[in-house]
This record gives sequence, structure tokens and C-alpha cells, in this order.
Amino acid sequence: MIDRLERHPHDVLVIGAGGAGLRAAMEAADAGANVGLVCKSLLGKAHTVMAEGGVAAALRNVDDRDSWQTHFRDTMVGGKLLNNPRMAQLHAMEAPDRVRELEAWGAVFDRTRDGRILQRPFGGHSHPRLAHVGDRTGLEMIRTLQDRVVAAGIAVYMECTITHLINGRDQVRGALGYWRQSGEPVVFPAKATVLATGGVGRAFQITSNSWEYSGDGQALAYLAGAELIDMEFVQFHPTGMVWPPGVRGLLVTEAVRGEGGILRNKDGDRFMWKYLPDDRRDEYAASDAEAATWVEALSAGRTTDARRPPELSTRDNVARAIYTEVREGRGSPHGGVFLDISYLPADHVRRKLPSMYEQFKELADVDITAGPMEVGPTTHYIMGGIRVDPETGATTRAGLFAAGEVSGGMHGANRLGGNSLSDLLVFGQRTGAGAADYAKTHDDEPWLDPAAIQAALGELSAPFQPDDRGEGESPYRLHEELQAVMQSRVGIFRTADDLDEAIKSLDALRRRWPNVRVSGGRAYNPSWNLAFDVRNMIVVSEAIARSARQREESRGAHSRIDFPEPDDKKWGTKNSVVRLGVDGLEVGTSKLPKLPDELRGLLAKEAH
Amino acid sequence: MADAHLRVFRGSPTTESRFEEFDVPAEEGMVVLDALHWIQTNEAPDLAVRWNCKAAKCGSCSAEVNGRPSLTCKTRLSDFEEGETIQVEPMRAFPLVRDLVTDVSWNYEVNRAIPPFQPPADQPQETWRWQQEDIERVQEFRKCIECFLCQDVCHVLRNHETKQPFMGPRFLVRSAGLEMHPIDQADRLEHLKDEGGIALCNITKCCTEVCPEHIKITDNAIIPLKERVADRYYDPIQIFWRRLRGGDRAKAPAAAPAADAAVGPSPTDGSPS
Repeated sequence: MIDRLERHPHDVLVIGAGGAGLRAAMEAADAGANVGLVCKSLLGKAHTVMAEGGVAAALRNVDDRDSWQTHFRDTMVGGKLLNNPRMAQLHAMEAPDRVRELEAWGAVFDRTRDGRILQRPFGGHSHPRLAHVGDRTGLEMIRTLQDRVVAAGIAVYMECTITHLINGRDQVRGALGYWRQSGEPVVFPAKATVLATGGVGRAFQITSNSWEYSGDGQALAYLAGAELIDMEFVQFHPTGMVWPPGVRGLLVTEAVRGEGGILRNKDGDRFMWKYLPDDRRDEYAASDAEAATWVEALSAGRTTDARRPPELSTRDNVARAIYTEVREGRGSPHGGVFLDISYLPADHVRRKLPSMYEQFKELADVDITAGPMEVGPTTHYIMGGIRVDPETGATTRAGLFAAGEVSGGMHGANRLGGNSLSDLLVFGQRTGAGAADYAKTHDDEPWLDPAAIQAALGELSAPFQPDDRGEGESPYRLHEELQAVMQSRVGIFRTADDLDEAIKSLDALRRRWPNVRVSGGRAYNPSWNLAFDVRNMIVVSEAIARSARQREESRGAHSRIDFPEPDDKKWGTKNSVVRLGVDGLEVGTSKLPKLPDELRGLLAKEAH
Repeated sequence: MADAHLRVFRGSPTTESRFEEFDVPAEEGMVVLDALHWIQTNEAPDLAVRWNCKAAKCGSCSAEVNGRPSLTCKTRLSDFEEGETIQVEPMRAFPLVRDLVTDVSWNYEVNRAIPPFQPPADQPQETWRWQQEDIERVQEFRKCIECFLCQDVCHVLRNHETKQPFMGPRFLVRSAGLEMHPIDQADRLEHLKDEGGIALCNITKCCTEVCPEHIKITDNAIIPLKERVADRYYDPIQIFWRRLRGGDRAKAPAAAPAADAAVGPSPTDGSPS
């Protein structure tokens, strides 16, 4: 069987074809590596396609007071200083080049009046910084990168799901998976393997993420012996749709607030004034009038000294504010709050936010140019992930690399909007180079352990075994139960009791998983496919819940009702660490990488 | 709300095909894709459906709903009369994989043959200045989410009316996006005429009607490209002037694309390697 297995050897294998994977594949190919790119879906459908608001880079096209130093500071402040400072620095320094490079590859960003790349304001950014294309920036990025990868002749394996990394004695040697269309297994021997598989939003009931977001990369890396860090930091985007039920969780881009959208509760109060953190209050407008001046200037393409509206606070803060308003009985009819942009001219709104206009009109019968939207928090992103070396994307396991959302460290305890698209470009590029370099210096032919392959093939067949005792579990039910646990007990506000319950439930789900049984054949069988997604989601959910239980403080996106304040002394300098031990999942901490003096100076000088 | 009644195509090239009927509890705002998910969870766990974002942004969940090429994530159950049967079938222009999933790889082969974006060598990027109104047309074409509904509805592709190659509306839109890019230097007219088969489009505008992104495919992309091709290859005065000037190309010739893509006459002739 193993001898007949379909094989595609490559120097560098990239798993995942969103922005990070495409950029990494491109860079590795440019460095001379023979690259294979594997994706679960068709090429061009990855989650990056859903990114709306823009890509953050200090291009200084709209406001020349911006600089990489300010972008670095904003990112660190937004991340509550838990970021890997070197990653935040490289990101801020290199993002402008990565964006310009996209333009040189054919991307067509919106323009300023003098014909350069236009930038829009976003939460937590001191200056208008997000290069964008209306509210479909992700589509523009993925198409540009995809065209480039296709033109370069890189081998792309579409609708192919990786279920196992092939672990050699001292390094990762490639990966094994199945073709979705046929269900047949396939193996990819590789000198270097890059994980670029994105996040894990599908572990929650209410999420803006597509079905692919099942934590595959985090789970594969963990099972191969690599470390995960800061997994408790899950971003709940403040504004998802709440009505009708079929679209609950669907993203409402932060660009609505970036263009002047106002949040109100059912009493008409602009509640964000109440929730601005005291130490940052002077970065925001002091009154409705000042906020209105800021919006007017923005719409007219002028710079202004007026400060930004309170709705542009960081995502963790706005999400908690909305949740609190709803919990205290001031929510909208369907359990959200109102977001209103209809006070601006209708064609301006349609031009700046075309897909939001369309989304609400088609799916909710709401005209956003005529009245407010109803919005509430939705699971959106995970800041934590695989621990990587900032320079090369190398994980703590030899031969294994990671870039984009699947990696951890860059965003600390909370990610700023727009920093994800720039993250995947900057670290996609670095990781592609790092992996190609590794492949060059490890020139031996990958040897794949037949026992490991046999075990993986056995696991792939297991769900088809006869269900003699009638104890078979439906993957759909396991998934639903998992989502219910994560939504209700590991959400925006957490307590020790809830987390203990969640950990118990997740433990039970993990034990039940081997009993998953499916009917039908292997060809395009979604229940069989889901079985392995659920395995990964259980692993990653356990990492999230256990890390959240351990961190007894509130910081960024991690809010503990029983520990409502940040504890800088005990937790401010610690990353949470998850690894596979002899008895299963181990949680601990490690010391935060040191902040070099020149970077500390940037924070001190500009911090208020 | 009353139950929705769905009639769903099941089958694969190696099994007998049939329709199966399901009554699905309907909630307000539910779309056809939600109903298909309900069927997977409760009645037919192995029902094959291709989908990703359920937000009309990725273009994966294309199917024919009551005969109309549609994104199932954007087609609401409330669009149908109460009690009306909602029939869901795979896109007919592409080979069947299983149930509602088709093999759309032919599109990727066609795409690969299009000469890629080529910026000018002598114009540094720092000097690029494009006005918003000048790029809006290109941005319209770049809204395409590659759902391939336009390919599905196009009668040239759907009915294999010809043995000549035809790239279909999706790739005419992509070509238009490149051709009208403010600084692109490549020349795609010969490709459009020969491998692209642009003359085969007889502008019935069916593609424009089904486009979920409301791209005016025929008016804004195909007709202007047809005019460019006609000007170059079929306008006798132009041909005379070009001969007189001794040149045949308005723009510099494109870098030749990888010529390994098999642009077959029809997407259902079998899956390309």
C-alpha cells in the first residue's frame, strides 16, 4: 500500500493558500526552491478573500506624520505589550514595501486625489493607514498573489486536505492527506514544510470564519511537537450581523466605523464614550462635535487636528462594550446594538462600503444608507498560535515553519484591524525565504517512516469501520457540542468555573472522537472530511481553554470576570505555552522576549 | 415558518443519479445553503456540497436553483412561494464530481494561459499616479469572485455548440481587467482572438444577468474587447495603415505564457490533467 501511495516530493511544501501561504510559496520559488502549494479548497477561496477593511502600512500617503515607529507603537499598545517586539518591529518596517510590491504585481488599490494609494483610518491606528479597495481588500490581495503564483508555474494541489505531518526522528519530513474529490490518500515528502492554515473560528457557534478555519495548522504543529503560545487570546470582532439567524456572525467590516459609523444602544446613547480606557482618552475626540469634524474631514479627503471618534477604540474594548450594553438590557431587538452610517450621503456610503451595502440589502432587507444596522460580537481571529522565529518563521520543531494567523506572537493580546493582511505579507515573505534556505542546507532526500505513514492511513480509514456496537458518533454532533462549549464557556468574558467545565467537556469530546463513524464512500464526503476538522478543533480548543484557565488576569482579548484587571507584575512579561507532553497537553509559561532599548524608547517617547 | 421542500440532485459519474426530497424546518433569513447544511446534519451526512464563506465573498457554493445558476449562500428561502419545491442541481456546464459538486478545474487551465500582468520596465513605481475615476472600470472587473456562474450559463460553453476554443465570460472579464489596467504593457488580442475565441460570444448577456457581483460583463468587458480585436484584425483601413508603417502591434509583445494549458473547446470534454 505504502509503495503505491501517490507522492509529490518538493523542497518546500506550503500548506494553505491564503495570503500567507501564497506569499511564502512565491518567495520560496523566487529563492530557487521547488515549491508545492496545498489547499483544502479551490485556489482563491481561502479566508483571506473575506478580509474587507484594508492592509495596514505606514505609507504616509494620507498623513505624512505617520512612520513605522508609530505603527510599531500602535501595534504594541493594541497588543497590551504582549507582542513579540521584534515581530512587531519587522512588521511595521516592512509592511509598506510589501504593499507597494502588490501594486507592482497588478493590485489596483483605491487612490488619493493625487493618484497614490489611498489609506483609511481604523481602530487603534494613530493615522489613516489602511490601503484598501472599497471593502473587498482581501479579494484584491488574494487574486493578485494567486495570479503571480500561477504565472510562476508553482505546483498547486487544490481540494487536498493535510491530516498528518510526517515526523522524522529529528525533523518534520513532509505531510500526508487526502484528495477531497476522490478521497484517495497522498503524501508530500518535503525538506521544509510551511504551515499557513489560518485560524480556528469554526470551534465557536458565532463566527465570521469560513468552514476551513478548523485549527489544522495549530493542531498539526502541536502533534508534531512544536510549541503554541498565547492561545487564550481569541479576538471577538465587535461587529458581526445578528439578524436574521442564518447570517448571525457574518462580518460587518470595521471600515464602517473607519468611515464614520456611530454605535448606539436602544436608548439612542452613543455608549462608546463611557468605555474609552482612561489612559488613552486623550487620543479620542472629546465630543460629538469633534468626532463629526473628524468624519467630515475624512470624507472630504482633508487632514484635520480633530481627534478620532470613540468607535475607533481597539477591538477588544469595543466588543466588551457591546456585550456589556446587551447584557445590561440596552441592546437592540435582536440582541445587538445599532451601528449607523446612514447620516452620510447615500452614494458616498455605497462607494466606500459596496459589499456591506449589498450584504445587508440581500441578506437582511436592510438599507444601510437609510437606517442603522444591528451588530454584535463574533469570533474572528486568534492572536495566539505556533511559536515562530521572527526572522525566518521557523517553529520550535526542525523543518517546520509557520506564517500568518496560524503563528503567534505578532499581535500580542489583541490585534489591530488591518494588521492581519500586513502580517501575512511580511511574514509570508520571510517564512518563504526561511523555508527555502532551510531546504537548501538540508539537502538529503526526506525519508518517510513507513510506520508513521501506516498509522496515518489507518486513522484515515477508521471512521469507515463498521459501527457494530451502535456507539458511533456523528462528526456533525461532536462539532455542534464543541461549538456550544466554546461559545458558552470560553467566550468574551471568562471565569475559572466556566473554564473548568469547558476543560472537562473538551476532555470528554477528545475521548469520544475515536468513535466517529461515517457512512458513504470517500469521494467528496463532507462527514468524513469533518471528522478530521473536528479532531483539530478539539485539540486547539483545549489549548485555548487551558491557557485561558492559567492566565489569571484580564489583558486585551482575554477577559476574566474573576480577575478583571491586568496583572503586569505576574503576567505582563509572560507568554502562555502549550506543548505535547508524555501525558498529553501541557500548559506553562515562558518569559516574554526582551524589548530592546531602542524599541522601549519608542514606546516611552510617544506613549501618553 | 413552514417547512421548505427541497429536491436535491444526488449521484456521481459511477452511480445512478436521482433526486432526493427533504422537508427542512425554515427560519427567518435562511438561505438555500443553510437548508443543505441542515440536510447534511440531519438526513444525508454525505451530501456533497462545495462551500466556504457563506457570505457571498468566495464564490464556492454555485449551483442551479430551480434552473437558475445561483450562489446558494445568497439565495433566500423566502425568495420562493410558500409550498414551492426548491430544486437544487449542480452546475451543468462542468463535469460532475458528486451530488452538487462539479469539477471546475478546466477554468484554472484556461486562466493559466492568459498572458499575465506586465508593468512597464522604464517607469519606476514611485512615479505611478492613477486617478480613481480611471481605475474604476478595472476595479469593477476585479470584483469577480470566480463563482463560474457566468461560465455555467453561457450557451457556448453549456451546449458545446462549437469545437473551437472559447474561454468564457469569466476569462474575458479577467482579460479586460488586465487590458484596461492603467500601466499594463502586455498584448492579449491575439490570445483573445485565437485561444480565447472571443468572436464566439454573441452578446446575449446571460452572463451579466447571473453575475452575483453585478459586473456588466457583456457591455463593459466583452464588447470593448471585441472592438479592440476587430480593429486590429478585421478593419481593412487599420490593416492598411499598419502595413504602411511596417508594424503589426500596437503594444510590445507579451512574454509568452506557459503553453502547456490545454484550452479545450469545452469544459466537459473530460478533466484536464
